[in-house]
Amino acid sequence: MIVLLGVLVVILGFATRRNPLLVVGVAGIATGFLGKLSPQEILAAFGDGFASSRSVTIFVITLPVIGLLERNGLQEQARTLIGRLGKLTTGRFLALYLLLRQLTAAVGLNSIGGPAQTVRPMVAPMAEGAAERRYGALPERMRERVRSYSASADTVGLFFGEDCFLAIGSILLITGFVNTTYHTHLEPLQLALWAIPTAVCAFLIHGARLLRLDRALESDFAAAGGPSTAEGSRTAEEAK
Amino acid sequence: MIKAEWFYWLVGAVFLAMAAQMAVDRSNPKRYGSAAFWGLLGACFLYSTWVVEKKAPAEPLGVAVLAMVCLGGFGFTGRGVPRTTTAEERTATAARLGSRLFIPALTIPLIAVLCASVVKDWRIGGEPVLETGSETILGLGFGAIAGLLVGMIVVRERRPSVPLHSGRGLLESMGWALLLPQLLAVLGSIFQVAGVGTQVGKITEALLPDGQKYIAVAVYCVGMALFTVVMGNAFAAFPVMTAAIGWPVLIEQMHGDPPVVLAVGMLAGFCGTLVTPMAANFNLVPAALLELKDQYGPIKAQIPTAGALLLCNVAIISLFAF
Repeated sequence: MIVLLGVLVVILGFATRRNPLLVVGVAGIATGFLGKLSPQEILAAFGDGFASSRSVTIFVITLPVIGLLERNGLQEQARTLIGRLGKLTTGRFLALYLLLRQLTAAVGLNSIGGPAQTVRPMVAPMAEGAAERRYGALPERMRERVRSYSASADTVGLFFGEDCFLAIGSILLITGFVNTTYHTHLEPLQLALWAIPTAVCAFLIHGARLLRLDRALESDFAAAGGPSTAEGSRTAEEAK
Repeated sequence: MIKAEWFYWLVGAVFLAMAAQMAVDRSNPKRYGSAAFWGLLGACFLYSTWVVEKKAPAEPLGVAVLAMVCLGGFGFTGRGVPRTTTAEERTATAARLGSRLFIPALTIPLIAVLCASVVKDWRIGGEPVLETGSETILGLGFGAIAGLLVGMIVVRERRPSVPLHSGRGLLESMGWALLLPQLLAVLGSIFQVAGVGTQVGKITEALLPDGQKYIAVAVYCVGMALFTVVMGNAFAAFPVMTAAIGWPVLIEQMHGDPPVVLAVGMLAGFCGTLVTPMAANFNLVPAALLELKDQYGPIKAQIPTAGALLLCNVAIISLFAF
């Protein structure tokens, strides 16, 4: 029973935001001692575990390619492509962005999007722009809602796209953990394939909610009683 | 036969080469700590070959892993200022190369999948070309090499030091966090040796009457999500919940199909990540970047999706794993 204190160390350590490396290291040592391993056996457990879990870290081999492409404008090109979607409504634009984010993450391009790379400079301004074309200057409540949903489209797309790629950390963690711990053999490709059903569900659910955003904005707009006329006309001026 | 260990040596050599670059990078205020961390990691990749073959003791490797934990955990690693292109240069090359920039990146998964499905069955003199059981990993290696060659042709770059340098920039920006997934796998194996799985398994068996398959699936998925909410990290929740329920109950006792249970179990954890402020980089940082008044705005936008997806995950395991 007492070995479970090791689990508690992990939970408390992560929940109190200690450095994760230290938390996991301490939890491993503590669990080893509580499980009556000798110091030598604990060191051997760390060594054996590291040796047989190396597959988790091999995605590093793709970094030089990605780095080379990024210095030649990979992210800029991704932004150019997103920029061509300018004529859609807020909900449709975000649903399409969700799809693109999922598809690119599923082929391993998970770093071309992100809050700093695409959401702040591209996605949120374009989603807001689409809403402004329709409603004029946005009341704060609507602006916050559009921005929040822009961030959510990026995060949901990343989370439920990347696991379809066989060389992503989480897939390699699963195979590394299971193959090390239970001396069995799982292939990353099998796991990546089984991430697809959830990815489809994620697109259908979050995509539908993004499309409904258009209607939610409509009712927000009605509740706010329309734009103040001064601001509305100013935006119309700028739109010319 | 091409062996997986050869590929691990290549990865180790890449780490060592990047560590050597870091040691002489004066723009990095912690260059010696960084070089020690990544150099040690590269050396461990090489030494592990003999540990796996039982030709060398594992204890020195354990000492090295704990040394890396200390270097990363106590803040001895840092990052330099990468020599890279300016925003204007990038826009210019992006305009010139257009969507051809995506080709090298797409080469990687294409070749990896080809190796795992087609090349897998190739044989020379009755011996498989790729080491049995490591086809995907080797495919990733070949994909990365091919992607690099294609990439250098597409962007007309002749110097191999340029991609190595840009890759190091990415490595430095990830920092010690790169070691975390592997360390969690190690923690899982220590949990197993010390008997944590058996203990939690006993508790779950006492709580779950036999044959309650769907309840067990729900406990695994909801447990993954809840642990992730508390810890802010699905990677950390995975070894705990899998050692407790996923492996002993769902796979061994109820004969669930491991890839379905584990892949979807991890995604159930991601549902937790969507709703927790503990995962600051995914949920609070975007709110700050977008200058939202309500810092929980993105989380509120994600809660209904996360709830519905958690149900989907329970349904997917229940339908397809048994």
